[in-house]
Amino acid sequence: MAQAATVETHGHEAHGQGHHGPEGILKYIWSTDHKIIGMQYLFTGMFMGLIGGLMAYVFRMQLAFPGISVPGFGVVSPGEYNALVTNHGSIMIFWVAMPVLIAAFGNYLIPLMIGADDMVFPRLNRLSYQIFLASAILILASLFVEGGGFGGAWTSYPPLSANENYNLTRLGSTLWLSAVALEFVAFLLGGINFIVTLMNARAPGMKAYDIPLVAWMIVIASILFMLSVGPLMAGAVMLLFDQTLGTGFYDPLRGGDPILWQHLFWFFGHPEVYVVLLPAIGIVIEIVATFARKKLFGYKIMLYTAVATGVLSFFVWAHHQFVAGIDPRMANVFTVTTLLISVPIAELLFVIIATLYGGSITFTTPMLWALAFIAEFLIGGVTGIFLGASGADIYLHDTYFVLAHFHYTFFPIAIIGTFAALSFWFPKMFGRMMNETLGKIHFWGTVIPFNFIFIPLFVLGLGGQHRRIYNFQNFPELAEMQPLRIVATVSLIVMLLFQIPFFYNLFHSMRKGPKADRNPWRSNTLEWTTESPPPHGNWPPDQMPKVYRGPYEYSHPDRAEDYWPQNLPN
Amino acid sequence: MVERLIQQASSYAHSIDGLILLVTVLVGFWFLLAEGIFFWLIWRFRAKPGVKSQYITGKEKHLKRWVTIPHALVLVCDVFIIIGAVQVWYNVKQHLPEADATVRVIGQQWAWIFQHPGLDNELDTGDDIWTTDDLYVAADKTYHFQLQSRDVLHSFSVPVFRLKQDAVPGRTITGWFHPTVAGTFDIQCAEICGIGHGVMLGRINVQDATEHAAWIALNNSVSAQ
Repeated sequence: MAQAATVETHGHEAHGQGHHGPEGILKYIWSTDHKIIGMQYLFTGMFMGLIGGLMAYVFRMQLAFPGISVPGFGVVSPGEYNALVTNHGSIMIFWVAMPVLIAAFGNYLIPLMIGADDMVFPRLNRLSYQIFLASAILILASLFVEGGGFGGAWTSYPPLSANENYNLTRLGSTLWLSAVALEFVAFLLGGINFIVTLMNARAPGMKAYDIPLVAWMIVIASILFMLSVGPLMAGAVMLLFDQTLGTGFYDPLRGGDPILWQHLFWFFGHPEVYVVLLPAIGIVIEIVATFARKKLFGYKIMLYTAVATGVLSFFVWAHHQFVAGIDPRMANVFTVTTLLISVPIAELLFVIIATLYGGSITFTTPMLWALAFIAEFLIGGVTGIFLGASGADIYLHDTYFVLAHFHYTFFPIAIIGTFAALSFWFPKMFGRMMNETLGKIHFWGTVIPFNFIFIPLFVLGLGGQHRRIYNFQNFPELAEMQPLRIVATVSLIVMLLFQIPFFYNLFHSMRKGPKADRNPWRSNTLEWTTESPPPHGNWPPDQMPKVYRGPYEYSHPDRAEDYWPQNLPN
Repeated sequence: MVERLIQQASSYAHSIDGLILLVTVLVGFWFLLAEGIFFWLIWRFRAKPGVKSQYITGKEKHLKRWVTIPHALVLVCDVFIIIGAVQVWYNVKQHLPEADATVRVIGQQWAWIFQHPGLDNELDTGDDIWTTDDLYVAADKTYHFQLQSRDVLHSFSVPVFRLKQDAVPGRTITGWFHPTVAGTFDIQCAEICGIGHGVMLGRINVQDATEHAAWIALNNSVSAQ
């Protein structure tokens, strides 16, 4: 237990530092407490999510009612339309999904779940958030510079993105790229911290298979991110040089190759999907086990399947490039790898579904979100098969079918996953309970319109409608499908309006909700053994938890109670 | 399935639609089964007073097979889809059938330039016919297209043909199509190419053989003068 001893030494240091640290508002700027940093990521991410959602409102209005003066925005020009869709995508992935799922919940949960008093590198953690905040300000600022925001899609393919004569957004494209690069730096720093913390700072007795899966998932995601982001960073620097110094890495007229960027981008871009998926799956596992009062059906299967998914995800990237001009023979290889990845993904979902068998399920708000994740993500998963099958992708590539498919993966991941996690850990974070009625109104008001936004878009995509076109009335074959576009837009507005009860519930419950005790859901993991909200240092130094069993020992036949916290000797 | 939304107008449109149908049937089966079991479990095992959850570790062989057997069957379905996908891909993208004529398609911000062979049926000769945004081809003939770009990436997409191919500056990408139905259809640019991307549309005019011969003769006399 030498490991644990070092941890405790470190713990006293971090603990002491906090007590003599800054007070008042400065506490939030210079805090190294993982819980405060987690919440900073959470609220920054939710704020960016709101911006991304409102962007979607503006361009969906333009699509449904072309040429209309959008209330609150005005008439959308083609350049503004491109900037809106580009930044909607970038923001939702890099400034919402990643900060909330990995950084916010990773920071908040990992030390609490493994019984540590803080991250191993608290100052690095603070730096990570500060860089992230700078990148968020930069991406928002890029929308207001001369020439407008970057409009070359979130994939930023050169030569369009590399040459201001083509994109007409000299400042916007450089700021966009710099913001994305900064965001990657922030996540590298955060990711290192998650990995080191999980490996070194666990409570005495917590073996590898006793770690709650959400912590494992965030760490596997961080490893995937670190392994995949390097090539893209190199690619981004080359793109930045093309933009600002006039180099020609991606310029065919000067010996460069535009397809090179696509390989570097998607070598990162596909694992990135699993970078955000795995933490969401982890969140769902914790919630399903708790509210089904069930031991997880196969902890090791789940863990190793997640690792397998991660490894496979490095070999599928070119399915984004079937028709991009790569050697056509390569498509056959990537069709095989892409379809094979359906096997571990199906396994992950089967295990969660199997966990429900024999359970005793209560439908609290977090459980509803977790179940909705599975029901909706299944649609995203199966529609991916169409796109992985190279022959079908010739037609479906870059249509709304693709768009609907990845929204059926990213929406469950980033939005449903976040609401699941937030409603589940809210009592721990703020020491109060959220209102269940408002929570359920918000749940149904979000999930039902979500389907009515994207099911019409599947149909439009099958009908041949391509992405990133600001007015389909120009295309005779597409013009008549306008009612479907209107259904999608109206559903989006309904969904956005149903976020009002959520924000009311969030901010009201934070101050006025009924007090939560330590363990309101009667859950097993360590975070529920401390006060709500946990004090600085998480537990009093002489009461740091010890671990005696795995995290999912619910309804054990030898016990009267239907849960068995990890820290109880018997 | 797709043909109910949009016409099939090329020789390979039906095979792509057939593949999409195959995938729909196979994944549709799994989807309905998984969702069905999922909702049934939610209903069957909802909390009831006095009923405690069962303690199942997932290590019991007779229970584990409920996950491992479907898991193996998913793999079998994948194999069928891979075979179908590779067959269609090979026919459409990898294999070039003998051409009756070749056209050149050039994308630029924000227009499509088409170079048709003249009476001699050869490109890059004096009687080539150049058009902007309108491509003229004859039905029931096999065409090769040589796809180029003058600036950024574009994508040559003819939804009724189920054809799509990106145009990359600095490269000439050769592909083929065989129109089967006369008519005028949309050409969309399917890769974002700047602020005019939304208006970068063309039309493909598929004519019957005599009409097309007349069109060539007319334009040939115009360009010869």
